[in-house]
Amino acid sequence: MHSDHKFLDPLATLVSGLLFGFGLAWSTMIRPESVLAFLTLYDLGLLFVLGSAVGLNLVVYQLMPRLCRRTLLGTDFQQRPFAMDRSTLLGGILFGIGWGICGVCPGPALAGLGAGNLDLLIALAAIFVGALLHGLWVDARSPQGDA
Amino acid sequence: MLSALFPLGITHYALGGALMGLGVALLYVTTGRPGGVSTFFSSSWSWLLKTPFFRQASLVDSRRWRLIYTLGLVLGGGLYVLVGLPVEASHIPAWKLAFGGLLIGFGARLGGGCTSGHGICGMASLSPGSFLMVVTFLGMGIVTASLFKWLGV
Repeated sequence: MHSDHKFLDPLATLVSGLLFGFGLAWSTMIRPESVLAFLTLYDLGLLFVLGSAVGLNLVVYQLMPRLCRRTLLGTDFQQRPFAMDRSTLLGGILFGIGWGICGVCPGPALAGLGAGNLDLLIALAAIFVGALLHGLWVDARSPQGDA
Repeated sequence: MLSALFPLGITHYALGGALMGLGVALLYVTTGRPGGVSTFFSSSWSWLLKTPFFRQASLVDSRRWRLIYTLGLVLGGGLYVLVGLPVEASHIPAWKLAFGGLLIGFGARLGGGCTSGHGICGMASLSPGSFLMVVTFLGMGIVTASLFKWLGV
């Protein structure tokens, strides 16, 4: 990172999160009931949330690395590291079950907390515990620690 | 027909989604980071725990920006309320939040991402694995939520 971006980098990151959180609130996704209305196929509006968020980023993610060699702050465009296998599939299944039970996912839980829904502290604490158990479980499965 | 599928209209959904997308896009354009949220819940443990998994460079090196990004998400929700936009109350039983949250935390980390990581960044990257993951958790979410509704719990 350029040294003159020590201030701009966190600022851009904070504003990005802020826009994301504001959008989550506006779309009503911060309210688990809205998500459950979608998952029970009562109101399919979340398709439009996904559609506009993905549509915009499809253009950005596909065009930016081709048009610019570096980001605005001079860093490299990062690839999401992901390889599909049996355990990631199991992860997707467990995530989906949890999502279907309470209508919460990580981003909306954080934005919803900011919007004053303190019940979401329970969900956030549980997500932290789930992530902790995952990390400890990975270590337990690979004694050498090459996680 | 359309009003049956979208009883609350689509405007706030499309506009909210666009704003969410704008946040993710800004992060990518300025810093090159894919703005998935769920890794924060692992990377934050690296401040406290020195076990092999939580000592991974990918978590330690990203924990700072992820914390700032998360702070932004919380502030974004707060700003929405502050400017006087409407929020409806939510009444999800605590046991559902706790039990669901556990599965969400474990599952998202095992699955390499959540609705933002796979759903927005992964699909925008045209990652075949992310498309499969979205289909998987969306399918399981629909089955589970419908089952709970049918059971009346």
